[in-house]
Amino acid sequence: MSDTAILNKNDMVISKTSVSVLFAGDSGDGMQLTGTQFANTVAVYGSDLNTFPNFPSEIRPPAGTVAGVSGFQLQFGTTGVYTPGAKFDVMIAMNAAALKANLNNLHHGGIIIADSEGFDAKNLNLSGYGEANNPLEDGSLNDYTVFKIPVISLTRQALAETGLSIKIIDRCKNMFVLGVLYWLYSLPLETTIETLQSKFKNKQDIADANIKAVKAGYNFGDETEMFSQHGRFCVAPAQKKGGLYRRVTGNEASAIGLAAAAKKAGLKLFLGSYPITPASEILQTLAGLKKWGVKTFQAEDEIAGVLTSIGAAYGGALAATNTSGPGLALKTEGMGLAVILEIPLVIINVMRGGPSTGLPTKPEQSDLLMAMYGRHGEAPMPVIAAMTPVDCFYAAYEAAKIAVEYMTPVLCLTDGYLALSSEPMLVPSPDELASITPVFSPERKSDDPPYLPYKRDERCVRPWGIPGTPGLEHRIGGLEKQHETGNVSHDPENHALMTRLRAEKIANVADIIPDLTLDNGPEKGDLLVLGWGSTYGAIKKAVEQAREGGLDVAHAHLRYINPFPKNLGAMLGNYKKVLIPENNCGQLLSMIRDKFLIEPVGFSKVQGLPFNEMEIEAKITDILKEL
Amino acid sequence: MTDTHTCLTAKDFTSNQEPKWCPGCGDFSVLQQLKAAMAELCLKTEEVVVVSGIGCSSRLPYYINTYGVHGIHGRAMAMASGLKAARPELSVWVGTGDGDALSIGGNHYIHTVRRNLDLNVVLFNNEIYGLTKGQYSPTSKVGLRTVTSPSGVVDHPINTIALTLGAGGTFVARVMDRDGKMMKEIFKRAHAHKGTSIVEIYQNCPIFNDGAFGPFTDKERKADTTLFLEQGQPLVFGSNGSKGIRLDGFKPTVIDLEASSISKDDLWIHDENDLIKANILSRFFDDPNSTEEFLPRPFGIFYVEDRFTYEAALDAQIDKAQEKGEGTLEELLAGNSTWTIN
Ligand SMILES: Cc1ncc(C[n+]2csc(CCOP(=O)(O)OP(=O)(O)O)c2C)c(N)n1
Ligand code: SF4
Ligand SMILES: [Mg+2]
Repeated sequence: MSDTAILNKNDMVISKTSVSVLFAGDSGDGMQLTGTQFANTVAVYGSDLNTFPNFPSEIRPPAGTVAGVSGFQLQFGTTGVYTPGAKFDVMIAMNAAALKANLNNLHHGGIIIADSEGFDAKNLNLSGYGEANNPLEDGSLNDYTVFKIPVISLTRQALAETGLSIKIIDRCKNMFVLGVLYWLYSLPLETTIETLQSKFKNKQDIADANIKAVKAGYNFGDETEMFSQHGRFCVAPAQKKGGLYRRVTGNEASAIGLAAAAKKAGLKLFLGSYPITPASEILQTLAGLKKWGVKTFQAEDEIAGVLTSIGAAYGGALAATNTSGPGLALKTEGMGLAVILEIPLVIINVMRGGPSTGLPTKPEQSDLLMAMYGRHGEAPMPVIAAMTPVDCFYAAYEAAKIAVEYMTPVLCLTDGYLALSSEPMLVPSPDELASITPVFSPERKSDDPPYLPYKRDERCVRPWGIPGTPGLEHRIGGLEKQHETGNVSHDPENHALMTRLRAEKIANVADIIPDLTLDNGPEKGDLLVLGWGSTYGAIKKAVEQAREGGLDVAHAHLRYINPFPKNLGAMLGNYKKVLIPENNCGQLLSMIRDKFLIEPVGFSKVQGLPFNEMEIEAKITDILKEL
Repeated sequence: MTDTHTCLTAKDFTSNQEPKWCPGCGDFSVLQQLKAAMAELCLKTEEVVVVSGIGCSSRLPYYINTYGVHGIHGRAMAMASGLKAARPELSVWVGTGDGDALSIGGNHYIHTVRRNLDLNVVLFNNEIYGLTKGQYSPTSKVGLRTVTSPSGVVDHPINTIALTLGAGGTFVARVMDRDGKMMKEIFKRAHAHKGTSIVEIYQNCPIFNDGAFGPFTDKERKADTTLFLEQGQPLVFGSNGSKGIRLDGFKPTVIDLEASSISKDDLWIHDENDLIKANILSRFFDDPNSTEEFLPRPFGIFYVEDRFTYEAALDAQIDKAQEKGEGTLEELLAGNSTWTIN
């Protein structure tokens, strides 16, 4: 972040390549909304962007307390924005509790914009600082740049003439703060004004008041002396590929990926699901896509979630189910049924901290081995892991493609971090999406030879014969089936054969998955950092920084975990050491060790928190020192 | 079924697999009547799917020459629900046992019943776990000695009909395996009913629970222990219709028609659309072996209600959302808030 100062008329404008901001306040302060507005503005402005909300774990925690703090974190910039930012450069603290809860994640010397009226005696007491220790006054924040703004008074002043009630006026205080921030980062107000206009279409006075508050905040920035010695900032837009963009969270992207796959394949999407944090938004999003013919079924439990989907898949739908760890455990028997029935099914598992209820709102990558091996019997199934919020779209889409084209359940892993993070997505055009070609067995006449539901093609894939088709009547089930006929068979040789064929079919998926490519770094060298899933952003940033610092390190990120890309073994052999950072205790590591008989270096973090780039960079430095 | 294809016969519904049930098992009769009903309903083999769980009874799909899925234990109702929601035009039948539907699948059972998808459920109740060799089931009588209850069952049994009514069932019937003709007619009514039809079958398992329904099938006793429900008809039972049931307030009482002046017209008249009466009837659940004062066990259709089905309601929502045309892939990908970068 090489910062250069340019003098522009009266203002000093400091240009920055990226900035990380936290909006923090009480749950009632509208921080999610304010952060979202800011995110939309920088997105439309053309910045790279990554956002992450941080809700309190209780639904209605006591106001003014640390437990009640709601945050919205985002990073935007010209380049290098892969995560919401490990630490913030700027923090908006609407009350004392918000400051207390988040100060340790503010960069040393960072900016605090505080609503000084949220630091009154009552708030100081509720926050735990105590009314005698106002951090805004007692010098404890001397290492930071603190702007104290009496937000409520200024908002009331600005809106005095609207004739609205004090209660309504006070609700506009977050828009005032937003205006100040737009000024500070030299950002346009249009996106927010347009949103407010359309959001309060039928309440013009409310729209006007909010717009007035944003403008008042912006003008305050212009007029106050407060910022004059610090200047304002400018973050140039990113060099992004031109085109149409939308902002998606990982969960939205997963949902749209499934719906898009169904459309592309000419199938109807069916989702059987049971609500669970942090996966529910997939069900919620799809429930709203009836215009696209999507059928969602909120089942009585996760078992019914997967079984209703199996029923729908048997009927010829593109069927999916989504859940998080505890629900995945309940689905295991059903997934085994899908394996032996050999029907298409996508299971999206949004991982969270476990075991048991664990850390329901926190991300972890600890279901990998369960996804791989967590079924009874020999029950292999393809596993794909999404790397970024946008990649959740492509991972779900590809999972559907593999499911339909290989007649198999496919497990798609995301996690709570990807699920709730958002970033801009370049909207693909329909023909840019890979084809998905379901092949339904055609009708048969009575004098045709009998239908063989388990007669496989050269890829070991069986046909999809769906009810309603004359001449294909057949019975299948969870009992082992005879090769080709699908009749129940207990024959020892047949079971061995079917076990082998089911495994071979999954191994054959490697034929359509791309080779693993390096994300960064040399093709041969000292160290390869091999990641999977949501660690992408942190590893990417860490490797970039390490390479800038002259270290010999490369980065590759696995999306296809079963089967592995064909070139993975060769790639691993090109480095003296392989480092695998994971938010678990070394699950990919044991898979790699098992398959390639190498001894990678593990790096685990199981704190319910994603990695930050500093941690990984430090680990890289350590390893290379020892080499 | 309105088109003019010649109807198939019960034989056309017979698959090429030999049933593997024990000789004398009540399941045979159910299979036979089901195939006969399908033929009489003039169904086509390709439009029928039989879905089951696990158990002796859940082998049903293998023996019927339609589409069929033999799933996993307890989950037949869930699998059938997904299939029906995705493909409402299919005729979906569920074969399930007392363990499959009411024990491991109890949760799916009550939720399927309340959702009222148009499924026809054949619930084989033999009051035992047959396939796993004779452990007691949730419908076994208290005191039954089995391999897992050597001192006798202490769990209070489920009353299937009462449970189903409680869960909001819209077609609730009971029949005995040996009453083939009645079974077939009930299957046909179940098919005609738009909604989840529950047909509980008292099915004898001669191997592990022989005679479980003896009180209702013994020649000497059955006239006094059974009551056959007929729409619009008085509740009459006993040899030569010598007894009847009258409602005194909410209390059903047995009337000796020969010894009293009460005529048949004063008896309880069966009304299969009356939920309150159906609920009282469902409580005719005494065990004639353990009490002298018992009400006869009813057979036939307890209750029928015309209520919207899940799949029709879901389709209606989709139709409404698509009033102005189905969404395109472009629209789906773009969502409702985009911006352009040049
Ligand atoms: C998850 C699971 N648990 C247990 C079993 C073992 N099991 C198979 S069938 C059955 C009971 C079957 O009883 P019921 O449903 O009454 O059918 P019946 O054999 O009496 O017709 C049990 C316990 C199983 N197959 N799967
Ligand atoms: S064990 Fe009982 S229920 Fe099972 S097939 Fe034999 S007789 Fe029928
Ligand atoms: Mg049974």
